Amino acid sequence: MAGAIRPSSFRRGPTVRILLFAFLATLILAFISLFVGVSDVSLPALLSGTADARAVEIFFISRVPRTLALMLAGASMAIAGLVMQMVVRNRFVEPSTAGTSESAALGFLVVTLLAPEWPLMAKMAVSALFALGGTALFLRILRAVPLRDVLLVPLVGIMLGGVIGAVSAFIAYRTNLMASLLAWNMGDFSGVLRGRYELLWLGLAGGILAYIAADRFTVAGMGKDFTTNLGLNYKRVMVLGLVIVSVVSAVVLVSVGSIPFLGLIVPNLVSLVVGDNMRRTVPWVAVGGAGFVLACDIVGRLIRFPYEIPIAVVMGVVGSAVFLYLLLRTPRHAS
Amino acid sequence: MQVDAGSDNGVVPANGDSRFRGNDTERENSSGRKKLSRPALVLIALGVAALVSIALFMTLDAKGSWTFVLSFRGKKLLSLVLVAYSVAVSTVLFQTVTNNRILTPSIMGFDALYVLIKTGVVFFFGVSALVSIDSQIQFVVELFVMVGFSFLLFRWLFLGEERSLHLLVLVGIVFGILFRSLSQLMQRMLDPGAFNVLQDTLFASFATTDPTLLGIATLIVAITSFVGWRLMHTYDVLSLGRAQAINLGVDYKRTVAIILVLVAILVSVSTALVGPVTFFGLLVATLAHSLIGNSKHRYVLPAAVLLGFIALVGGQTLLERVFAFDTALSIIIEFLGGLVFIVLVLRRSAR
Repeated sequence: MAGAIRPSSFRRGPTVRILLFAFLATLILAFISLFVGVSDVSLPALLSGTADARAVEIFFISRVPRTLALMLAGASMAIAGLVMQMVVRNRFVEPSTAGTSESAALGFLVVTLLAPEWPLMAKMAVSALFALGGTALFLRILRAVPLRDVLLVPLVGIMLGGVIGAVSAFIAYRTNLMASLLAWNMGDFSGVLRGRYELLWLGLAGGILAYIAADRFTVAGMGKDFTTNLGLNYKRVMVLGLVIVSVVSAVVLVSVGSIPFLGLIVPNLVSLVVGDNMRRTVPWVAVGGAGFVLACDIVGRLIRFPYEIPIAVVMGVVGSAVFLYLLLRTPRHAS
Repeated sequence: MQVDAGSDNGVVPANGDSRFRGNDTERENSSGRKKLSRPALVLIALGVAALVSIALFMTLDAKGSWTFVLSFRGKKLLSLVLVAYSVAVSTVLFQTVTNNRILTPSIMGFDALYVLIKTGVVFFFGVSALVSIDSQIQFVVELFVMVGFSFLLFRWLFLGEERSLHLLVLVGIVFGILFRSLSQLMQRMLDPGAFNVLQDTLFASFATTDPTLLGIATLIVAITSFVGWRLMHTYDVLSLGRAQAINLGVDYKRTVAIILVLVAILVSVSTALVGPVTFFGLLVATLAHSLIGNSKHRYVLPAAVLLGFIALVGGQTLLERVFAFDTALSIIIEFLGGLVFIVLVLRRSAR
């Protein structure tokens, strides 16, 4: 296995500075996100209480929930990507390169067709179950490959995602749900309002769970034998990881639509700075994910002002460019 | 009447196909005719099947005036045939040049590049560029841009340092995603009017092919085929690999460059006619290789083309007339192609 683990080259001085900078940048971005939009909401007016009722309403019903949703979704998707990379032991997997997101969409489609009256929570649960199944299928296929090539894993995952996506497209096409399916596959925060994003807190819970179990995942990332040797139940760690990933994917898909590449690039960029000890990386992956999503969403809001471009589109461009950079960065894959 | 005769014929090649493949020994005593090799038999069977699907496509469920039906369906048939031909030939040649059986131009994000170029034209030059210029001239210009861009990409990926195949495939797929996202981004930035016009020119599928480009597309495909035909003798040599080919006297860089240009042109033609189809080429090329059983291009190329005819024309007839599924053919091809791809990749790495 050509290492999912990179030795943590943790030099205190510059690293801390970079991370501090990232944290500050995320805070600033969150602040910007609160005040960017078509309606005019200004901070001084809000503080002095002179803002008209409409602006206050917009601030608390739309802007604050949207910013919170962005940070929650970004942080939890990035952590989900990190967990997945540890569990699969490959730095190029994340929910959208392993068939997880597509399975979640299929699950949501099926439950929408068969039980449209169920509450959103139940639909989300079904979607998460499908995501879990899809990921398990992905891992089962990978087991058939005796020699795991680092690049083969995301390759198979993307194709599996395509096949599952084709099944969804076929069902949606036959049942006139194509528009809904497109919306689920295209992450977009413009519809986030108070009362419509709270499910995302569940994603954060998944992230915290991942943080608590971080040491186990780090050990699991070293392989089955190593894990068992240290007295850990490898299978249980795997299942925990996959459940976290599935729930987070389903939650994000159901509330805002899927966001491609996020879980792939943020952990990879963070690990270039901090290394692979998950206990140490989780907070920074969370901060990085939140900051990245905020930045992309703000770009999407400003680039065609007053109209908005869905975050999935912006993320698709930025994410695939960064992914290409990561792939071609060093010639170490040449063989 | 017509219908019955057609479907009766349809049974023959299917049975014949499996019989021919089944056992080589039985062939000698089962019939007195001249011994045919397996590739020749496969080609004959495929040819019959292709003819049957074309006949069915043209005649099934035809009501009213025959002249109208035939000319209306004839145009559609011609575009399907052109697409099948372009995709099959470009895929097989591309795989020969890059020396693998997994990578295809569309998996490398080539058709996405075409869409990107088209979107870029509207984005940077305005919608007037799209409306005012004759669509055929436009197509030719786009072809040139496409060939230029794709050639740069190819050269960078294939003629530079040696890279692992998996890296190439993955990079190709991600490039495809990048192209698609960029087009989407630009499309979102357009005003709705311009977007509608663009959507009209991009909106093509197996059920609604773009008839305005048929003439020029036929011409381009014919010229491309002629150039390709002249290079026929080098294909088998090229498939031995770079070192062998050079050793055997092929001007490697020049030949590969020409073939890659041909591939880029053919991909543009098919994308312009029916839009992007990621896995169609992979499906027909893989099937052709396994049916023919060897990798001689004079068998594999026609077999792939015939399979393309059967899949597109036959599949479209089946879906449109029998199941009334409309445009679902591309979804089904995507599904099957994805499965074939996974199996191919896994089998290759298991070896």
